[in-house]
Amino acid sequence: MTDQPKIRIRDLHKRFGSKVVLDGLDLDVGVAESVVVIGGSGSGKSVLLKCILGLIDPDSGTIEIDGRNVVGLPRAEREAYMRKFGMLFQGGALFDSLPVWENVAFGLIQSKRMGRPEARAVALEKLAQVGLNEEVSLLSPAELSGGMQKRVSLARAIAIEPEIIFFDEPTTGLDPIMSDVINDLIVKCTRELGATALSITHDMASARKIADRVAMLYDGRIIWAGPVADIDRSGNAHVDQFINGRAEGPIQMAVRRS
Amino acid sequence: MRATLREEAFDADVRLAHSDGIQSRMNPLATIGSTFLSFLTALGRLALFAGSAVGHCVRPPIYPRLIGRQFLEIGYYSLPVVGLTTLFSGMVLALQSYSGFARFSAESAVATVVVLSITRELAPVLAGLMVAGRVGAAMAAEIGTMRVTEQIDALTTLSTNPFKYLIAPRLIAATLSLPILVLIGDVIGVFGGYVVGVYKLGFNAGNYIQSTVQFLEQIDVISGLVKAGVFGFIVALMGCYHGYHSRGGAQGVGAATTNAVVTASIMILIANYAITELFFGR
Ligand SMILES: Nc1ncnc2c1ncn2[C@@H]1O[C@H](COP(=O)(O)OP(=O)(O)OP(=O)(O)O)[C@@H](O)[C@H]1O
Ligand SMILES: [Mg+2]
Repeated sequence: MTDQPKIRIRDLHKRFGSKVVLDGLDLDVGVAESVVVIGGSGSGKSVLLKCILGLIDPDSGTIEIDGRNVVGLPRAEREAYMRKFGMLFQGGALFDSLPVWENVAFGLIQSKRMGRPEARAVALEKLAQVGLNEEVSLLSPAELSGGMQKRVSLARAIAIEPEIIFFDEPTTGLDPIMSDVINDLIVKCTRELGATALSITHDMASARKIADRVAMLYDGRIIWAGPVADIDRSGNAHVDQFINGRAEGPIQMAVRRS
Repeated sequence: MRATLREEAFDADVRLAHSDGIQSRMNPLATIGSTFLSFLTALGRLALFAGSAVGHCVRPPIYPRLIGRQFLEIGYYSLPVVGLTTLFSGMVLALQSYSGFARFSAESAVATVVVLSITRELAPVLAGLMVAGRVGAAMAAEIGTMRVTEQIDALTTLSTNPFKYLIAPRLIAATLSLPILVLIGDVIGVFGGYVVGVYKLGFNAGNYIQSTVQFLEQIDVISGLVKAGVFGFIVALMGCYHGYHSRGGAQGVGAATTNAVVTASIMILIANYAITELFFGR
């Protein structure tokens, strides 16, 4: 079957205590497609990614990867499908006990059983792609700036050349020029290497560049999804308000106006 | 496979524990009951955690490089503190038992008292407590920080099992290095007693050494080393357990660190009695 999506999510529910975060979410991501999820802060975008990765167990619903439901899979089998994934965490999540290059080489050494010198060479190459030189590779993550950490984390996510890559706010905290470099890199991963990408971003310029399709998460559901070209004429008031960044509209932020 | 199952059950347990609603706290019986129940739950969680951790210690992949690093951290860097505590314990024991035993003219037993107390009790217990404070706290803080900064999640996404990568090396290294530490501590402690006995209390050096070895049996040393192994396991287990389950940022990590040291210390003292009972209780 060629039209089987890489990721198919159906009726996904997740709540923390009494707080409902995901409430019947449906989403498809096609093979080698790049989907960007947009949505307000705290709307559950990171939780969605973690559900797919198996880091958070959803309360109900199905998540199919290549046609196979992975919700509630035992840990040993989960490890097998993890090998298809790469993840850029919103907070970086770099291993602070390891130097930068070993962070990037980690997946190659641990899961692909590559020799250390060889893995190091690959790591340096990936670091160069995100604009970091050999000198930086010897530093510890704590010695880097926030944006540099983000780029190392990105290099780590793509180093193992995963089939599916998740980017949680890849360009947050970067300057506009570096953002564009990163956008190009993400595009390269998907268009040239054929990876499937599911990204989260607040940065509409970045979304327009890296997305094939955009999906908007609101109130625990995907309320609109469509090709990136249609985003300005979505006909959806929520999407309009979000992409134009207006305080007035159907989405009410829970802040007190004085 | 068994261990995997246990791990799943263990995770389910964690979820259960966190989804518990707040019940009525008015009825004192209910309070006692629920405290007891949550104690049992915690105990069960710990047992599952320990079972799954041990399972991962014995099944590949094993990380020799990480075990080596932990050996250095737990064993080698604890040498000074263990050496100092046992040295002064041996010294004070000689002094105390001399002045105490003088009351019924049994001063000649000083060397025997020193060597038995050090090997059976003081070296393992003091080393265990010292290592709990030094290493257990560090483990809880490190793993706890990794938890709250999502590094443990990142490990999982890089197809690396945190039990194997983080916990197994610490358990293995602590369980094996504490007996070595205690053996060295035994020697240093006895030496401390010797120094005080010979240079302060005026024992004849040859006699002191002779009465040190005369009544010493293998079981005295061996029971101490067994204790050391168990204590090492306890320290690493509590450090990893509390670190792994810490939540809520810096405050959570701080609480995990405290809990790791306190629970490890209490468990060491309880285990100490149990093992003594096993070896020498008739
Ligand atoms: N482990 C957790 N325990 C309890 N609540 C959580 C947990 N993780 C997330 N939440 C809650 O779920 C909601 C969604 O969080 P999430 O991190 O997915 O937001 P987000 O859409 O990624 O926001 P942002 O754009 O700011 O990163 C938040 O209200 C948060 O408080
Ligand atoms: Mg987020």
